[in-house]
Amino acid sequence: MAFDKLELRDIEVWDGNFAAAQALRQCQIDVVAAYPITPSTPIVEGYAKFLADGYVEGEFVMVESEHAAMSGCIGAAAAGGRVATATSSQGFALMVETLYQASGMRLPIVLNVVNRALAAPLNVNGDHSDMYLGRDSGWIQLDAYNPQEAYDLNFIAFKVAEDHDVRLPCMVHQDGFMTSHTAQGVKTLDDDSAYGFVGEFQPMNDMLDLDNPVTHGVQTEEDWHFEHKARQHRDLMLNVAPKIQAAFDAFEKLSGRKYNMVEKYEMEDADVAVVCMGTSVETAREVALEMRKEGIKAGVVGIRVFRPFPFMEIAAALKDIKAIATLDRSSPNGAAGMLFNEIAGALFNTDTKALLSGYVYGLGGRDLTKAHLRDLYKELQANVDAGKVTTQLQQFIGVRGPKLAFL
Amino acid sequence: MSEMKKIKNLKEFSTSADRFEGANLLCPGCAHSIIVREVLNATNDDLILSASTGCLEVCTAVYPYTSWDASWIHIGFENGSTAVAGAESMYKALKTKGRLKQPDRKPKFVSFAGDGASYDIGFQWISGCMERGHTMMHVVLDNEVYANTGGQRSSSTPIGSSATTSPAGRKSYGEKKNKKDMVSIMASHGIPYAAQVSPNKWKDMVKKIQHGLSVEGPSFINAISACTTEWKFDPKDTMAITDLATDSLVFPLYEIIDGHELNITYRPKNVVPVEEYLAAQGRFKHLFKDEYKYLIKEWQERVDAQWAYLQRREEARV
Repeated sequence: MAFDKLELRDIEVWDGNFAAAQALRQCQIDVVAAYPITPSTPIVEGYAKFLADGYVEGEFVMVESEHAAMSGCIGAAAAGGRVATATSSQGFALMVETLYQASGMRLPIVLNVVNRALAAPLNVNGDHSDMYLGRDSGWIQLDAYNPQEAYDLNFIAFKVAEDHDVRLPCMVHQDGFMTSHTAQGVKTLDDDSAYGFVGEFQPMNDMLDLDNPVTHGVQTEEDWHFEHKARQHRDLMLNVAPKIQAAFDAFEKLSGRKYNMVEKYEMEDADVAVVCMGTSVETAREVALEMRKEGIKAGVVGIRVFRPFPFMEIAAALKDIKAIATLDRSSPNGAAGMLFNEIAGALFNTDTKALLSGYVYGLGGRDLTKAHLRDLYKELQANVDAGKVTTQLQQFIGVRGPKLAFL
Repeated sequence: MSEMKKIKNLKEFSTSADRFEGANLLCPGCAHSIIVREVLNATNDDLILSASTGCLEVCTAVYPYTSWDASWIHIGFENGSTAVAGAESMYKALKTKGRLKQPDRKPKFVSFAGDGASYDIGFQWISGCMERGHTMMHVVLDNEVYANTGGQRSSSTPIGSSATTSPAGRKSYGEKKNKKDMVSIMASHGIPYAAQVSPNKWKDMVKKIQHGLSVEGPSFINAISACTTEWKFDPKDTMAITDLATDSLVFPLYEIIDGHELNITYRPKNVVPVEEYLAAQGRFKHLFKDEYKYLIKEWQERVDAQWAYLQRREEARV
């Protein structure tokens, strides 16, 4: 090996960006094609420094836009090797065309998305607009709530994406600044164990196999396009979740850290529950404990695997809940909200009598405070007591001016 | 070591093994396939190819068929160059790491794109590839129009051409802007090799392709590709039209080495008036009305000035 290993302490103090960069180093990426954008920039800066210091080898291609970054990743992945990059927000939006191309061409690229709001107005802080924008792109999407998870989920991402029964690209999401720039203790894997977990890249239909030329990115019209898209959806619906679960199980064996498709917290006997993503999951967990001291049986459901959406696991987790709140950190712009719709869909044909209401919060990095969540849990309890939703179905929380509520 | 073909005559050239099948959907008389074959035939080395969205792409890789007997990728309209750059980066990475399946073979990386995908929508991506110094060749199949989508103007469309988005009409002579000088722009990146080629001058073309494929770093090739459908001429006349383009000096053949050393590679014995080139194509038909004839005169002056400029640059060796 022409690169040096790094001795890590068992627990390092890393922010989410550096945790992701360390995971990429340990996975020994062959090609990183990247373009800087706040707040994901330190991931590729960290990777560049590892390269400069001889802790990784491979090609680091600093391209001229995020679109080119993903285009380069696609070419590199089709050539046959391990490929990763990182982006946020406007960069993610610029990449969207190529996101569909990467997944449609079944190329296992790992994209770290440090979630950030979408302009206008321009904003560099964290919300989930970019994550939501990617949700129909055919990628696997994993969501980290803290730096530890941003580190761990990168290993899961490579393990699942590169599986020959999957061959789909995978995003690892973390919240801009709240996770990406907040240093916390991160339990590490040593370099050999980490690389051993993801294993050596196994090429398939690689352009660089010069004895077996392949054609990537063909044209299909009404005669075949639907079959290709249907096959991709089928694989996402049937193949991916078991592979993710297997990767979670193997990772637990290696690290002792357990991940689930849906992360349930205090849900066994809960009456009211909040469903959310990102750093808000951790805030909600703290508040749920506090509410329990006040007699409200509160629980939290965090979405770990955003795509493929864990429809059945969600229905199972919420089946005995009396009042549910969905928390969407992206403007629905004329609809009820992504999580509201997905959760309603997951519960609709079940026996649950749960009351469902939706909340829109935290746009452009606006804080979600414990006070907000306390009020929210109290509203859910009021719904339970009244036997109906006592508020409008959609409420905005933490926004200035007269209360905004709809539906 | 790169392995270049030694081809003595046209007969040998036309029968040499090719990695681009005749079974494709390009129009009869389309110059694209001729150019692609001439590029691929210039080398015996393994090839990693891309095509940006356009006529070449939609006519050669319609599932479940492919016309390509070499690894080939298409992503989108603007990013075929970067696709190949990504593959070239992976080649370097796997070479460093000792994971190439055929470590003794060094493939050539070539991206094909139309003028729309090169001069316009893919401009930034190509510039990035040239600037970063990937060892790859970008070949423009320059038919001076968005042919695949039905003949809209691009920044390669010449003045006076009637395109569907710059049509000639009662009060317009068609396209109002001059063709972008893409070769100069690309050469200005300081790349080792940039050249204009034409499929009728196949020996000149093979030589230039071989030069471009032999350098370390990027090369840029602009190939005139006469379009029977949008230029409006009889499919049998593709080479005759191309002869008029090179012999009228509307499309001069030259190369620029290392961004500055310009060599003219073809000097017609008998220079044909530009008017003859224009008269042979339906897209310029309206220029022969009395009120637009001044444009033909201006065009001749422009071509003369460009030729004088190229000669001065060649002599100056700067």
